[in-house]
Amino acid sequence: MSLLEISDLTVDFDTEDGLVQAVRDISLTLDEGEILALCGESGCGKSVTAMSVPRLLPPDTTRLSGSVKLDGRELTTLPESQMRQVRGKEVSVVFQEPMTSLNPSFTVGYQISEVLRRHEGLSRQAAGRRAVELLELVGIPAPQRRMKEYPHQLSGGMRQRVMIAIAVACSPRVLIADEPTTALDVTIQAGVLDVFRDLRDRLGTAIILITHDLGVVADIADRAVVMYAGRAVEQAPVTELFANPRHPYTLGLMNALPSAAVNGRLAEIPGMVPSPLSDPDECAFQARCPRAQADCRLSRPSLERHAPEHLAACFHPGGKS
Amino acid sequence: MLWFILRRCGSAVIVLFLGSVLIFLGIRALPGDPAVVMAGQEASPAVVEAIRHEFGLDKPLPAQYVDYVTQTLSGNLGRSTQDQLPVIDIIAQRLPVTLELSALAMLIAIVIGVGAGIVAAVRRGRFADYVATGFGLAGLSVPHFWLGLLGILLFAVTWRILPASGYVPFTEDPGQNLQRMILPALVLGAGFAAILMRQTRSAMLGALSADYVRTARSKGLSEVKVVGAHALRNSLTTVITVLGLQLGALISGAVVTEQIFVIPGFGKLTVDAVLTRNYPVIQAVVLVTVVGYVLVNLLVDIAYALLNPRIRLSGARHD
Repeated sequence: MSLLEISDLTVDFDTEDGLVQAVRDISLTLDEGEILALCGESGCGKSVTAMSVPRLLPPDTTRLSGSVKLDGRELTTLPESQMRQVRGKEVSVVFQEPMTSLNPSFTVGYQISEVLRRHEGLSRQAAGRRAVELLELVGIPAPQRRMKEYPHQLSGGMRQRVMIAIAVACSPRVLIADEPTTALDVTIQAGVLDVFRDLRDRLGTAIILITHDLGVVADIADRAVVMYAGRAVEQAPVTELFANPRHPYTLGLMNALPSAAVNGRLAEIPGMVPSPLSDPDECAFQARCPRAQADCRLSRPSLERHAPEHLAACFHPGGKS
Repeated sequence: MLWFILRRCGSAVIVLFLGSVLIFLGIRALPGDPAVVMAGQEASPAVVEAIRHEFGLDKPLPAQYVDYVTQTLSGNLGRSTQDQLPVIDIIAQRLPVTLELSALAMLIAIVIGVGAGIVAAVRRGRFADYVATGFGLAGLSVPHFWLGLLGILLFAVTWRILPASGYVPFTEDPGQNLQRMILPALVLGAGFAAILMRQTRSAMLGALSADYVRTARSKGLSEVKVVGAHALRNSLTTVITVLGLQLGALISGAVVTEQIFVIPGFGKLTVDAVLTRNYPVIQAVVLVTVVGYVLVNLLVDIAYALLNPRIRLSGARHD
């Protein structure tokens, strides 16, 4: 049994424009110590999929169906009081925006200690000592001094490290990192990724890494799920995915990498993402797809196994079979 | 933090100096001669002149100002031109009444306003929100004098559960005092509560949708901690600003409320003094008001700094 099993997860949001279909029938698994990348462009549903695990989506407007199991325990129906025991302790999150995700009115030390006191029952002093260790762990110099500082006194990279310190404070089983490196410059990116790797190696933490940066995926992830318009379109171990991409969308993303640029010009995928308000029975990518044929407009391709661990949802997949 | 407070105190002193000059000049720009008022229409010019001399009104303005400041600093605010009582004694007698009324009104406003604002924000778009916003709108729209009369009509005349008017000092009979103060305080606090409610609600709505609140939830904290600590702490700056800004409205509201409920407070003193051109009293009343205003703003600034670390540090850095 996998540590985390998401099956047939569908998430809709009630909005003034109607029902927005954010995630459609996603199924994925995550093993202990595994780093799984969820990739795709903005709005493809990767964050929503991940935030469904700790149930951090707005409860008033979210309609969720399907199942999320942690160690065999169903999380979608867990009472809120028990869910609070899971959040921050078994499943924790590093959010995308380091500049706004920390509370401006509390010291860094308080914000790290808080989660330790909540879940580990530590005293103020003990939590403070542990917080200093955590700051050291994420590579913040002079942690004693930083403890008394406020978020606005720290740089973006430092704040992101503080977020990571909070997220890993209680040694979670699953860490969700939502674009953890997007707001950071490249040297700091590498440092943050090292912290994740180190965490996985020492504690066996499983990590869901949400990113649109395939460079980051290649660097750190074991396996990747590529999402498009709310659905998983391809899923494979990272080496296999890069060596042998099946779905034309994955291929498009790879060609859009700066390193793949021809004559200094980035390749782009023509066309627009379909509206999340409608969900016609066709391949969502067909309008932008170089390989699209008549059958792509007649029905939706399902996720099929093309190699032992390689799944893709395409009628005309590329690569060697 | 100490530097910040010292800096703020320094600017408070400057404001007080400018205020005293304005009060002094302003009062002398009013039409009418107090010596004539005191002596009566029939008095001979010699008597008027004697009175003028006695009160130092015949000296040049700068000399009068120096007199005024030195006297004020030594606690001598002059004598009332009406009954010759020392102004400082009159103030000492009237001010506590208004302070009690304002403090009660403020307490009521904070409890109701901030409480309702939090509830309305948390229960946004639900019944409790509509009730709170409805009462907020009503509280803002209804003038003090009307609310006061309505209160007297309902509580004192129809239901007969509270006295209609009058004042009993707290030191004499605390129960009676509160019984007579509660209705005026409610009337005075109602508009204030409405403003606080609206400000708290919108500040809390902003805070509740902030990323750091999501972070707090992701830590597994209880809703009480998420709302009461993480969101409220960041909304309080707004609330305190409004508190400071509305103090002026509270004072002018006290004037009206004290008239309606016949409370011998500062507001009533002000109105009476203006009607009789009682210069020393008017001067003192305005001065006390200015000092009160400056003090409250000083407290607001310090409270700001305590709540919001960014203000504290930006203050220190310039030193």
